[in-house]
Amino acid sequence: MINTGAIRAIFHHEMSRFFRTIWQSIASPVLSTVLYFVVFGAAIGGRIQSVEGISYGAFIVPGLMMLTVLQQSVSNGSFGIYFPKFSGTIYEYLVAPAGWIEVTVGFVGAAASKAILIAFLILITSFFFVGVHIAHPFWMLAFLFLTAFAFSLLGFIIGLWAKNFEQLQIVPMMVITPLVFLGGAFYSASMLPPFWEAVAKLNPVLYLISGFRWAFFDMADVPVGLSLFAVALMIAVCMFTIRWIFLTGWRLRE
Amino acid sequence: MAAIIEVDHLSKQYADGPKALDDVSLSIDEGEIVALLGPNGAGKTTMISIVCGLVVPTGGTVRVGGHDIRSDWRAARKLIGLVPQEITLEPFETVMNCARFTRGLYGAPPDDAYLEKVLRSLSLWDKRDAQTRALSGGMKRRVLIAKALSHNPQVLFLDEPTAGVDVALRREMWQVVDQLRRDGVTIILTTHYLEEAEEMADRIGVINRGKLLLMKPTAELMGEFGKKHLTVELSERMAICPPELSERGITLSEDGLRLGYDYDTRSDRTGIAHLLAELARLGIAVRDVSTKQSSLEEVFMSLVSNEEEGAA
Repeated sequence: MINTGAIRAIFHHEMSRFFRTIWQSIASPVLSTVLYFVVFGAAIGGRIQSVEGISYGAFIVPGLMMLTVLQQSVSNGSFGIYFPKFSGTIYEYLVAPAGWIEVTVGFVGAAASKAILIAFLILITSFFFVGVHIAHPFWMLAFLFLTAFAFSLLGFIIGLWAKNFEQLQIVPMMVITPLVFLGGAFYSASMLPPFWEAVAKLNPVLYLISGFRWAFFDMADVPVGLSLFAVALMIAVCMFTIRWIFLTGWRLRE
Repeated sequence: MAAIIEVDHLSKQYADGPKALDDVSLSIDEGEIVALLGPNGAGKTTMISIVCGLVVPTGGTVRVGGHDIRSDWRAARKLIGLVPQEITLEPFETVMNCARFTRGLYGAPPDDAYLEKVLRSLSLWDKRDAQTRALSGGMKRRVLIAKALSHNPQVLFLDEPTAGVDVALRREMWQVVDQLRRDGVTIILTTHYLEEAEEMADRIGVINRGKLLLMKPTAELMGEFGKKHLTVELSERMAICPPELSERGITLSEDGLRLGYDYDTRSDRTGIAHLLAELARLGIAVRDVSTKQSSLEEVFMSLVSNEEEGAA
């Protein structure tokens, strides 16, 4: 029987840490978003009138939200589990009557919640700069939740794998950020030459951003079903990997 | 009294190392305090880690409160509290929140009244809102105990609770354990110190190289191994030991300047008063007297040599 008390305890513990440093947690992403709007929306956006009929300022809102969700999910997910490993308190999670599923849901649920909260703040911030209309609110929420969960799972794996703070930073910096920037956060894949459009479609993040943008503007680079499949596949692969790590104790009980 | 922990032929073989535990079997009753003695690398922590779920055994079984630690691990772990050897606490968390968190991890419903009782019993109530980083080493160790007790476990494992602490703090820890004993908690502790085991434990187990060499009631073990050696330094050199003294098992050192006498601290008559009276009667002048308790190392040497003789 699932230990729901353990999930609640881990979730509450992680959210408390977030709220203890609430201003640092919120100020940085909101400030970055404002800068993106100033640079991409006002400066560059003035020269790009519209993308497929949507003002450039509005066009980048889903991409900016995705950029933040992905970065925050990975960062929160990885730090959440790495910190107990670093401080030595990881033993508590391993001796408690809580299995891999409770520990994962607790940490990843908190990481995803923080990312979603910040994404909403960015959406609210964007209303001050551009007019944004959400064509499919339910699907917008669905993509937001699923993507935040998927990348928090990825961050959780990075935190389990990392042996030091350098390793904790390197994957988000060297892999996630380039994938997001090359995944159509600030442009449509259809704006690229055919060869680079084909290359861009090898990037899994493009499918997430495309699905999310479809929820806003009813336009996508790839079919929405493929976007959903991509995020579901990522969740499945990450869950399988985490289960394997907990069962074998790799990097956890060493 | 019913057994709360049953260890049966437990073994642990690491892939690229020696056998950390070798066919260990023991049974611990409810409310008992058991001390596991052994040098570094003897297998004490490995055994605790297996029972608590940190290490997977390669052979044997462990049951806690009748629940197998592998097939029925959730029920088994609910009964256990662990105080690790290292002080590992979240530095920015308050004492009360630390205890609340651990209680939640074990799936126990919130109960601040119970946690207050635990913190008060450990003299931590006044520090409940203090961050753990602001506490002294002794208080941090007590916070670890509070966390381990937060879900009201039936069995408490203390892995070297006094390792690296000063004498005053060691005494304080003994008092805490004594209080827990009165509360009926079963305690299994590991230690290097014979004195500590003697002070706290009902039974003592000695582990070396992964093997449980013995498990005996403390009184019996101390009677067997807890000898003291009395040394009498003489003012003048003696050529031979007088028959009145040698009959009592007293020996003279080769240089003729010291008399030696082994005695049992637990016997009603140690024979020391008689010895001193006899020295006075014989007109032997004494310069100094000192005593030395047999150390754990000597106990080990004795046990290991017995084991080797048995094997031969």
